Amino acid sequence: MAALINVPAKAKRGDIIEIRTLTSHIMETGFRRTMDGALVPRDIITSFTCRYNGTEIFRADLFPAIAANPYLSFFTVAEESGKLEFEWIGDNGYSSTASASITVE
Amino acid sequence: MPTTRRQFLSFAGGITVAGTIPVVTLRPLEATPAMLNTAIRNVVGEAPIRTGKVKLDIPPLVENGNTVPMTVSVASPMTPDDYVKSIHVFNEKNPQPNIGNFHLNPSCGRAQVSTRIRLADTQKVVAIARLSDDSFWQVTADIVVTLAACTEEVN
Repeated sequence: MAALINVPAKAKRGDIIEIRTLTSHIMETGFRRTMDGALVPRDIITSFTCRYNGTEIFRADLFPAIAANPYLSFFTVAEESGKLEFEWIGDNGYSSTASASITVE
Repeated sequence: MPTTRRQFLSFAGGITVAGTIPVVTLRPLEATPAMLNTAIRNVVGEAPIRTGKVKLDIPPLVENGNTVPMTVSVASPMTPDDYVKSIHVFNEKNPQPNIGNFHLNPSCGRAQVSTRIRLADTQKVVAIARLSDDSFWQVTADIVVTLAACTEEVN
């Protein structure tokens, strides 16, 4: 699945940087009904994790109240060059990953 | 016995409703303030919740409840001995009271999270922050929603 990741390519050591992520997912709430009254089964992303060089820096538990195509923005301190890894986990065995690298001077 | 047509109909309607409820478990269409309190207590426990420190940026009036931008920020130095452990966001009238739990740590540098949420009705949103000393701080915002989300029919 496609994910958009926005991480600055370069940062100074100690800078606080913003990380923005957007992934495509319908986030079906499980509370909607079709015209003939059948309940549409829930299908959402339940968990998002961001790791910076292997260490978890941000984690979120998501509920049906999160809009479709979940957008998340958060901050971290640029300590060293390396890799940011993102993971989304959801209903029906959904799993998706993405990564971005950053150079810290 | 009912004497007028109106009385008869309301009488009959009453019987039908009373007869249905024990058989069919009705799914609540919206969370109640009691469910909101329960959801908050599940996170907070018996700890007191103080007002302040937390800021909730959300439009006071939204046209479309399907994507409502929301930013929660907490006044915190984010140092190893004074930081925000987690931010919990709740709503009053969606089918479910939880919106999201966000887990932070000192390496976040700034205690701020943005996302987009769904709101099923005009209601209040509550954001609660848990600090590293296990104190809880909250803020509440009231939002007017013109077009509801979550429970609309699928076309």
